[in-house]
Amino acid sequence: MTELIHTYWLYFLVGPYPNGPLGGLALTLLLASLALLLGMPIGVLLGIARVSPYPALRWPVTALMFIVRGTPLLMVVFWAYFFLPSVTGHKTDKFTTMLIALVIFSGVYLAEIVRAGIHGVPKGQVECARSLGLGHWRTLRFVILPQALRAMLPSLLNQFVLTLKETSLGYIIGLTDVAFIATQINTLVFTKPAEVYAILGLTYFLLCFGLSRCAQWIDRRHTHVIKSARHDPI
Amino acid sequence: MPVFDYSLLLKGPYHDMLVAGLVLSLELAAATLVFALPLALLVALLRIAPVAVLRWIGFGFVEAIRNVPLLAHMLFWYFGAPELLPESVKLRIYQGNIEAISAVIALTLYTAAFMAEDVRSGIRAVPPRQFEASRALGLGYVATMHRVILPQAVAITVPPLISQTLNLWKNTSIATVIGAAELMYQAGQVESASFRSFESFAFATTAYLAVSLIITGLAVRYQQRFPARPA
Amino acid sequence: MIQFENVNKWYGTYHALVDVTETVTQGEVVVVCGPSGSGKSTLIRTINRLESIQSGTIHVDGRNIHARDMRLNEFRSRIGFVFQQFNLFPHLTVLENCTLAPLQLQGLTSAQANERALALLDRVGLAHKANAWPANLSGGQQQRVAIARALAMQPPLMLFDEPTSALDPEMVGEVLAVMRGLARDGMTMVCVTHEMGFAREVADRILFMDQGKVLERATPDEFFSRPQHPRAQQFLADIRTPFATA
Repeated sequence: MTELIHTYWLYFLVGPYPNGPLGGLALTLLLASLALLLGMPIGVLLGIARVSPYPALRWPVTALMFIVRGTPLLMVVFWAYFFLPSVTGHKTDKFTTMLIALVIFSGVYLAEIVRAGIHGVPKGQVECARSLGLGHWRTLRFVILPQALRAMLPSLLNQFVLTLKETSLGYIIGLTDVAFIATQINTLVFTKPAEVYAILGLTYFLLCFGLSRCAQWIDRRHTHVIKSARHDPI
Repeated sequence: MPVFDYSLLLKGPYHDMLVAGLVLSLELAAATLVFALPLALLVALLRIAPVAVLRWIGFGFVEAIRNVPLLAHMLFWYFGAPELLPESVKLRIYQGNIEAISAVIALTLYTAAFMAEDVRSGIRAVPPRQFEASRALGLGYVATMHRVILPQAVAITVPPLISQTLNLWKNTSIATVIGAAELMYQAGQVESASFRSFESFAFATTAYLAVSLIITGLAVRYQQRFPARPA
Repeated sequence: MIQFENVNKWYGTYHALVDVTETVTQGEVVVVCGPSGSGKSTLIRTINRLESIQSGTIHVDGRNIHARDMRLNEFRSRIGFVFQQFNLFPHLTVLENCTLAPLQLQGLTSAQANERALALLDRVGLAHKANAWPANLSGGQQQRVAIARALAMQPPLMLFDEPTSALDPEMVGEVLAVMRGLARDGMTMVCVTHEMGFAREVADRILFMDQGKVLERATPDEFFSRPQHPRAQQFLADIRTPFATA
């Protein structure tokens, strides 16, 4: 196993770069970070729409969220891969395709986290703000969201870990993320598939486990507790 | 944009392929549930066992599996694991439906790891006083679990488990990477054979959404009939 | 100032407020008391529309508060409400808690809002805690800040919903002292409270409620020495001798 690592570690980390596009672990991290950064504003907007008092705003967003959450991510990737070129007019590269699919997907799951965070703010806070005369949007802006966003931090980190794992689906459209690279290495080496994939697993494990531990540490320091969005089936 | 060709989906060879894919997806999910639920229960009990070594085994299992993407699991069990087996066993396996078997193994382990955590949360949600009261009456550890704790934990645990079943249903789509002929794979096959990508993907998406809707409906009905009552 | 006329409220089939007809005049201090579940909190919460009513009318300052053209937020900003659970905003400092509403709703500048807030905090004895976080204050201090926050909007009417019920006994006094000061300054106040000493000393009138009805209305003197309604007599007897078995 050590010769494997010794020979291929750089390829595993950054792919064919600089002799080609960025790949490997670096690509995985970049993709996940961008997806979450771009997905966050969408998530906040959708989450706010979801709890707004206007049905015209609430129902379409709820329907959209149900559709995206009821569909496998792979399906969303396929839709993006096959139909983005016709929508945008020119051929979209694999990175952008995967990014768009992930942004849509993360945005919706982040919206659910935002919604849970907003509901987690005690009802007394809302009553008090309304009693002072603050309307729905001002209450949201000055009282609810600051508290909700702070409490959401562990869930956000958790979502980042999930997104990191989801980048592996880029494999299917040939994106050179770390899973794809591992398979390429496997084809080159051919005689040690168990070891190659074990190293892949170990890499993901170290990354995700480390981040999860960070999230738990942050959670312990913040005494806010909100119900996790995962436990709401809808 | 070419006209949406409904006839393609309602009968004929492409329809049959898609339906066969749907059936296999359902079978994969069902088989996984059958194995994952008991495994999840076992791992959850390990996680809360009084013996430290057992707790560490449970913890290791859950963390090792949860932190690796399902895709990597599938690749490992299909490409990697069979190579570790002796030749004779390998030959026998390769003659059978190895794609589905690898998929079910990967899905079972992955789903069980998540379900184990939900079961554990459910057990922990039962107030410790219940445990103390039962032991004070003289019931042993296993009997306490069996008669007092687990029945109460079940009601709390069912909604998250239904949520995991929803995830499982969506995760069956990943079996396509190892060539299992489930719905996603078939949708891709129909697409490359007929170039009608919109129709085949629409069929697949609708099928996934329909089953998701059923599963979610189950969750809502369960929560209506058995609202969580604090002890 | 406040007029209830035949107000009825139901929670489902439970009749929470039964034909309530009352008037509170300007400058009056009215204490509402009664056993648990009598509807006292519900009554006070209908005044600023935290609770709805199914029949009857409520007029505040001559205006029907359920009229279609009534602007709810503006209306609420002119009533100060103090909650049992204080409900300070944990992510803002004490000063920011008090300046949020004036800044947002009354168009004050920061300087003006701060000046007003500091004066009020001084009045409740907490000017030195202006930059502290709510989590670092005791219950009694938090409730006094809550009162200052409500006063920051300069409302003509203050409502108190069991303001001392969530406090440890030794902190009750400091909050009641602030409320007494307000009463002396002529504020119109409606208080739901169990603190009979406060009622006796500060109230102009006492309303006794049970099962959604106002059973007795009297001055403190009359109420405590000569209660008319048997339920009120029972209530006072229970308070005075909690362990009586006769």
